[in-house]
Amino acid sequence: MNFDLSPAWISIKVTFIATIIVFFLGLSIAWWMTNYRGRWQGLLDGIFTLPLVLPPTVAGFGILLLIGKHGPVGKFLNLFGVNIIFSWYAAVIASVVVAFPLMYKTSRGAFEQIDANILNAARTLGVSEWKVFWRVSVPLAWPGIAAATALSFARSMGEFGATLMVAGSIPGQTQTIPIAIYFATLGGDMRVALIWVLIILAISLTVIVLMNYWNSAQSKLKLGAGRK
Amino acid sequence: MGLYIDIKKKLPGFSLQAKLACEQGIIGILGASGSGKSMLLNCIAGLINPDEGKIILNEKTFYDSTQKINLAPRDRKAGFLFQNYALFPHLTIAENIAFGLDALSKSDKNKKVVELMERFHMAGMEKRYPAQISGGQQQRVALARALAVEPELLLLDEPFSALDNHLKVHMMKEMLVSLHEFQGNTLFVTHNIEEAYRLCDRIAVLNAGRVETLGLKKEIFQSPASLETAKITGCKNIAPAVRKSEHMVEVPDWGIQVKTNMKIEQEQGFTGIRANHIKLADDISRENCFPVWITEESEAPFRTTLYLKIGSQPGKLGDFHIQWEVSKDQRDIIKNLPPPVNIYIDPGDVFFVPN
Repeated sequence: MNFDLSPAWISIKVTFIATIIVFFLGLSIAWWMTNYRGRWQGLLDGIFTLPLVLPPTVAGFGILLLIGKHGPVGKFLNLFGVNIIFSWYAAVIASVVVAFPLMYKTSRGAFEQIDANILNAARTLGVSEWKVFWRVSVPLAWPGIAAATALSFARSMGEFGATLMVAGSIPGQTQTIPIAIYFATLGGDMRVALIWVLIILAISLTVIVLMNYWNSAQSKLKLGAGRK
Repeated sequence: MGLYIDIKKKLPGFSLQAKLACEQGIIGILGASGSGKSMLLNCIAGLINPDEGKIILNEKTFYDSTQKINLAPRDRKAGFLFQNYALFPHLTIAENIAFGLDALSKSDKNKKVVELMERFHMAGMEKRYPAQISGGQQQRVALARALAVEPELLLLDEPFSALDNHLKVHMMKEMLVSLHEFQGNTLFVTHNIEEAYRLCDRIAVLNAGRVETLGLKKEIFQSPASLETAKITGCKNIAPAVRKSEHMVEVPDWGIQVKTNMKIEQEQGFTGIRANHIKLADDISRENCFPVWITEESEAPFRTTLYLKIGSQPGKLGDFHIQWEVSKDQRDIIKNLPPPVNIYIDPGDVFFVPN
């Protein structure tokens, strides 16, 4: 049987890289917004959450406008002979954009649950904000951050609409599992579609279950973590 | 040298306007809830920014709105003991204490932690987590953690309110030892008169965001400078009074004239007598002796409060003038006397505050 496994590798590559980017980006913006008390709070939060409420095709359209051949970022990159549209990089960007709100919202909620006195205690002990963040905020918000990461991972893995618009469906280059399922079904190849459905189910379930186990092991290790 | 504070902070419905200058030692900040005590501490530590003013500790300017100086909390390094201790729940006791000691080498850090663990009777608990130790031990760890970074200023925010009574007295004794070893300024915020009196040399009374008085604790209790100070320091018997002569006031609400050792200058004001200063008298031939009827009594474990009506028999429940706090033994003696009972108020215990 001649079964092309490339969508699996592309999906895994894109999802892992996107999740790592979303993890750091979402976490830092969530932390910054938790401490930001300016007047743009509501607007900024709206912008950061927007990709969650809009159809992925709108996100895809927006990314196209930016990184497409005539978009500002696209034009700039073109000066160096780089073209990211319809490459797997574009698939990563699409995944980052649609998964970001989940990481941001969920971890911000976790940060806001932390007892302010604990953070203030750390600050009065003379340590840097960096250390307050990594040694106090992140560990105390960890259950929420882990959930946020799992959600972002799942969202990236399942990303379809925006990816199709900006990365297309080039077999062996940008065709991810969800896109492979769509085109297999479209072409009436139900057997191939079913195999991909089972594979994506297995990957997603494994990752989420592993994260849950790891997370509860961490919590047990740190008795009373996250409590006031 | 010492701590100088003069700050303003406006919030909807509340404004803090605190001015305070103090030398090394333990200053109690006594105030009712909502008087701005915690806000004041937060402003000093740099956790809340005041609107304007100055905060200077030992010639180091923490905050100065005219010079646009505003040090971050980490640069002020004010040791802060929070009401709920705010220990890091995910770190062990030893890690909690060592948290602010990054500047030290690993061996110096360990040495310091071991030393503090011993000093605070926590040896052997290094590997435990805050949730695994008692409330009193948590307080010790919080204090050890604050003192580990060698602050010049220690801010204590109602540190005893989470402890039960038995433990509280014990921890207060321990804290007093630590505070006397500490060479610096300590501000101890509380609404509890007893705690303030036990721990502090001097007391500042905070009322509605303003420092009403700052003085030696004995003076503040003996002759409060304002009505609010008298109330916050726990004086139960306060009534409007009119000056009669240099040492005599009339209290219309109580229908009596009382002599006081204080020299009275203003015409109008308030007179106060602490409930535990009233004494039993044989007769009413002397000055400041009055016949009283007991309206009600309220029993606490070791003391009893008697509600007294001066000069005439009480009509209904709740009809009383002053409160008298007596021991259980005294109460039994008083209850066996035929009414009215005669009381004596020492002129040295009567204070007068101008309007």
